[in-house]
Amino acid sequence: MEQLSSPHADVRTPDPAAGPPAGATLPMAANRSAPTDHVPLPHASKKVPEGVWMRCDGCSATLFRKEVERNRNVCPQCDHHFTRAARDRIADLLDPDTFEEWYADLRPADPLSFNDRRPYPDRVAAEQQRTGLNEAALVGQGFIKGIRLVFGITDSGFIMGSMGSVVGEKLTRAIEEATRLRLPLVIVSGSGGGARMHEGIFSLMQMAKTSAALARYHAAGGFFISVLTHPTMGGVAASFASLGDVILAEPRALIGFAGPKVIQQTVRVKLPEGFQRSEFLLEHGFIDRIVHRKDLRSTLAQLLNYVTP
Amino acid sequence: MPPATNPNTNTKPANQYRLPFEAPIFEMEARLLELEARQAQAKGADGAAGLTDQIKTVRRELVGLKRAIFANLSPWETVQVSRHQLRPQSRDYLELIFDQFLELHGDRAVGDDPAIVTGFAHLGEQKVMFVGHQKGRDLAERTACNFGCAHPEGYRKALRAMKLAARHRLPIICLIDTPGAYPGIQAEERGQAAIIAENLMAMSQLQTPIVCVVIGEGGSGGALGIGIGDRVGMLEHSYYSVISPEGCATILWKTADRKDRAAEALKMTAKDLLRFGIIDEIIEEPPGGAHRDPRGAAVALKGFLSRSLRKIAEIPADQLLEHRYQKFRRIGAFFEDPPAECVPPDSPGTEARADSDPVTPPANGAPSPS
Ligand SMILES: [Zn+2]
Repeated sequence: MEQLSSPHADVRTPDPAAGPPAGATLPMAANRSAPTDHVPLPHASKKVPEGVWMRCDGCSATLFRKEVERNRNVCPQCDHHFTRAARDRIADLLDPDTFEEWYADLRPADPLSFNDRRPYPDRVAAEQQRTGLNEAALVGQGFIKGIRLVFGITDSGFIMGSMGSVVGEKLTRAIEEATRLRLPLVIVSGSGGGARMHEGIFSLMQMAKTSAALARYHAAGGFFISVLTHPTMGGVAASFASLGDVILAEPRALIGFAGPKVIQQTVRVKLPEGFQRSEFLLEHGFIDRIVHRKDLRSTLAQLLNYVTP
Repeated sequence: MPPATNPNTNTKPANQYRLPFEAPIFEMEARLLELEARQAQAKGADGAAGLTDQIKTVRRELVGLKRAIFANLSPWETVQVSRHQLRPQSRDYLELIFDQFLELHGDRAVGDDPAIVTGFAHLGEQKVMFVGHQKGRDLAERTACNFGCAHPEGYRKALRAMKLAARHRLPIICLIDTPGAYPGIQAEERGQAAIIAENLMAMSQLQTPIVCVVIGEGGSGGALGIGIGDRVGMLEHSYYSVISPEGCATILWKTADRKDRAAEALKMTAKDLLRFGIIDEIIEEPPGGAHRDPRGAAVALKGFLSRSLRKIAEIPADQLLEHRYQKFRRIGAFFEDPPAECVPPDSPGTEARADSDPVTPPANGAPSPS
């Protein structure tokens, strides 16, 4: 799968000592906050590194980081959606303390003995340490406004959220459990990498595996809501993420098969404005709705209500 | 762009198609030609008998040389062979091993993508639905086919043909030969990701036998998009990979020049995939590769297809689908502890997860339904 060569930068960290960039307009209260005030959210340290100030990718405003975090990593000024760690999203979406994680012990092997600049197992270990996750996907069951469901999520922060054997296996087991338990299914995707190159053909085949499991789930009368977040690309987009009965996307998320850079190199014309963004997919008929992060939980609840007795 | 030549009428590859490692073969072939010319001149004269012996020896040596060189190709050399301009393509195999091909066109939505060929055909006595990537022979066809990179309408056409086949329980033959699905603006606008996903899902449920063969390039999602089958084979010098060696090299080493290293790292050859348990069989190519002997390659391919169809023809539909599901379900390399360690058993010879239980039981910590 094509990989995005530079994943959308989420939350950039300026030097805290340097203070806000010159010319920035800042709320007064924010100006008085000391850098030591900053306490990163649990599991969110990679998304929101130390630093009081950050610049918005959407509107270039300089923002008070804590305020952005309180706003679920959405810019309070322009509604730009920064990426959000999987565990934070679980907290956003599910009823408090209802998430029961499954298959948490699954960890990637190294079937290819893959070694680029460093051995794959070392890369995995570093990612695990950095993110506090065993792998890019978390699956389990939980409740949304009292409705029980099977829930899966991929974190674009773990090796770009790419799908290797563990992501494929966890999602497939979750889908199979949803089939067996006759529960609705929500999967939130974030993957700049698509299939995971380091696991070669094994990762490509996870596309087949997850899609086949969804076929059975559909045949058994399941209801699958796929939520696409920035970015959802390549082999993830070309398998389970595109197979929702209902497909929702966060605003301005990059969603597509081939990476924009690869397309640019192939067609050699300027890519249209907004190409491969959620709005583009909505216009072309490939997603049902664009949902602001603050409305996602209530939209999911509404949808689930239609199919839950 | 070199002019294309029909491999069926041109058994001697033109100069521009020579791969570097084939040089000794071409040298020996030149020697053989020279001997044959001398023999023709020396007809009946003294020494003609000696020439005949010499020619016999060189011919034998030539076969040995081809075998020796092609038995030890590096992964990158395999990629080069898989992309050889004279390597037989879907339409060549249609001519060489199928009868009464009746092509079906169009996806009923957007257009007709020549990068995927579909239609009814006979394989011997067996009626089948044919689906295959086509890269194109001459420049005009190659341009029309985008060098085998299909658009969404190609995959949609394939799915339409396959669903039709399933309704009438016609077996489906898929020949895979693509660098990848087309990365373009229109392709994205028309849902490249969505249609490939749709194909993966639908093919897993089609109630008819499916046999897939990678005949050249098995490029990523574009290959898998017609690659869900009950039996999956690969021609000996084809590759099947999650990403092209150039793409991989560009990401890892910031330069496509290290494609040879990437090809090695990705373990994309037929031997690797057989070892991993991802394909069922390697289809042996004639000495020196399919591009030297398309007919020989076609015979071998036909053998695999017929054998595979016979093997699965009698399986009831529900069992067939269960086998197909498990065939892909079990693929994955991961650890799961405590307490049991799943895969790999012993590196580096890792295999796909080998437990063949039809149902994968939930692991430890699995939910207990309440
Ligand atoms: Zn903003």
